Amino acid sequence: MATTPEELLRDLDKQYLEKYGFHDPEQYVYKAPKGLSRQVVEEISWIKQEPEWMRQFRLRALEVFFNKPMPTWGADLSDIDFNNIHYYVRPTEKQGRSWEDLPEYIKRTFDRLGIPEAERKFLAGVGAQYESEVVYHSIREDLARKGVIFVDTDTAVREYPDLVRQYFGTVVPPADNKFAALNSAVWSGGSFIYVPEGVKVEIPLQAYFRINAQNMGQFERTLIIVEPGAYVHYVEGCTAPVYSTDSLHSAVVEIIVKPGGRCRYTTIQNWSYNVYNLVTKRAVAYEDAVMEWVDCNIGSKVTMKYPSVYLLGKGARGEVLSLAFAGRGRHQDAGAKMIHAAPYTSSVITSKSVSKDGGRTTYRGLVKVYPGCVGVKSNVRCDALLLDEESRSDTYPFMEIEEQDVVIQHEATVSKVGEEQLFYLMSRGIPEAEAIAMVVNGFVEPIVKELPMEYAVEMNRLIQLEMEGSVG
Amino acid sequence: MAFQYPVAVPGVSVVNFLRLALKSLRGTDVPVVQFRKLLREKMQLLKVDDAFVNRYLNEGFSGGEKKRNEILQLAVLQPEFAILDETDSGLDIDAVRIVANAVNTMRGPDIGFLIITHYSRILNYVEPDVVHVLVDGRIVRSGGPELAHELEQRGYDWVVQEVLSQKEG
Repeated sequence: MATTPEELLRDLDKQYLEKYGFHDPEQYVYKAPKGLSRQVVEEISWIKQEPEWMRQFRLRALEVFFNKPMPTWGADLSDIDFNNIHYYVRPTEKQGRSWEDLPEYIKRTFDRLGIPEAERKFLAGVGAQYESEVVYHSIREDLARKGVIFVDTDTAVREYPDLVRQYFGTVVPPADNKFAALNSAVWSGGSFIYVPEGVKVEIPLQAYFRINAQNMGQFERTLIIVEPGAYVHYVEGCTAPVYSTDSLHSAVVEIIVKPGGRCRYTTIQNWSYNVYNLVTKRAVAYEDAVMEWVDCNIGSKVTMKYPSVYLLGKGARGEVLSLAFAGRGRHQDAGAKMIHAAPYTSSVITSKSVSKDGGRTTYRGLVKVYPGCVGVKSNVRCDALLLDEESRSDTYPFMEIEEQDVVIQHEATVSKVGEEQLFYLMSRGIPEAEAIAMVVNGFVEPIVKELPMEYAVEMNRLIQLEMEGSVG
Repeated sequence: MAFQYPVAVPGVSVVNFLRLALKSLRGTDVPVVQFRKLLREKMQLLKVDDAFVNRYLNEGFSGGEKKRNEILQLAVLQPEFAILDETDSGLDIDAVRIVANAVNTMRGPDIGFLIITHYSRILNYVEPDVVHVLVDGRIVRSGGPELAHELEQRGYDWVVQEVLSQKEG
């Protein structure tokens, strides 16, 4: 039975290890040496044979990265050693259109993670990124015929240069923050999605991100353009092996939702406990557009991520459903930002966090309403559940409201798993551990029920796995 | 134990809760079809509609719904011994009859019932085998169903008087 913190952590790692935490031997075609320099950036751009504008974009971003100080207002990032990271790893020479095209060991890994099976059952398209490159990509033919584009972002730069250049870096400029700058300098992979006017993609598109190597940095870059009246649901998942040294995942996601369009972006983040997950996700929503982030953070060592929606057109709506689960040694610093820059825009933020075994969750959010944006409605609700005395939860809900004619609601609760609830459940014969899990699952249910059924099942299973760690 | 004021567990549906409880008690999983059949049977017995079991456990339940939910659990989980703690309080006549009917259906040599009540109303429908009167945490008088009827007519005062005179004697 695990008793000390170290043993508990090892137990958790063991469970993760069996399912996701395994690693493959490295048989890569290229692996950049550790550390970040102008030369590394030039090399990435050269290997990708990029146009000059992208090379320049990277180099400018690198300068911004070097010049920006580390952010100190949030989670503790002082242990990140930028010199001890591989910024680019190319696992294979070409991308597969079928899983059979992949090197056997990579195919086996994705098999083990259940991706091809999920694709057959309930997805309209799949991208699979392994280290720095997207090694597999597919989209259903009927969608492709309707003009839907779903490729990796490197391919998009080559095949749809005008589209990419028009939007790339416009929603999240490199200077936005230090890690957006880092991503802009060394980005590789990620998804590019274009949904033409009026086209509704009813079945989700999914990308899966896998880190395999030790001291790896993964910097995917995703760009989604939803034309007027169109709809898409994009789902991403991620895992990595368990190592004793840290890896870094720093993505940038930019989304443009044009008038009357709708985009839903669902994340199930399950990195191993040695991954720093520092991600910038932002969408702009024009008139009557809807942008929804469903952001579930279960794994990683430290996560800092605040999906945001810039509501730029009258009647636009933004929603963030945020779920954070922090076990021992982990800090989930998550939240949301809603920027109301047009009248009659509305937003809803629902955050649910669970901390256990000394884990730490932070809700950090911003609701901003610019002057003149009348008729704005915003509702923020954050609930935190603490499973024991040593865990911690903080809430930083910022509100900058510069208009009178608005309705803003904020509600926050912190609760412990109630003795009374446990007694009630246990009086019906349910063992303590399962009773606690039941209360936790019930607590997160409002978010989990928003996931597609297959992911909801997976999410409940992940939480179950996390809960088992405490039984020892 | 049927609670007088059962606590709400948000996000946990009645049906999921019952299934897990039954699984825990039996020590083995209960096949979905079999469980559904059992649940449907008991729901009919208690006259609860289908939507009820998909609601979150005790969340937003009225007093009557909470009590009925307690009895539904009793019917599904089938314990060896059941304590009904003032389950009849706050129920209207029809609900009392439904609860009583459920108890009558379940009663038998394999299950014991302890019904704690302030009213004899439920006893119009459930015929107890033994009646105990509790004063200050102690059983001061026991008898058959006739004792309950006597209490209903004469009140508790005479029992208390008797206890006091015994103490003095």
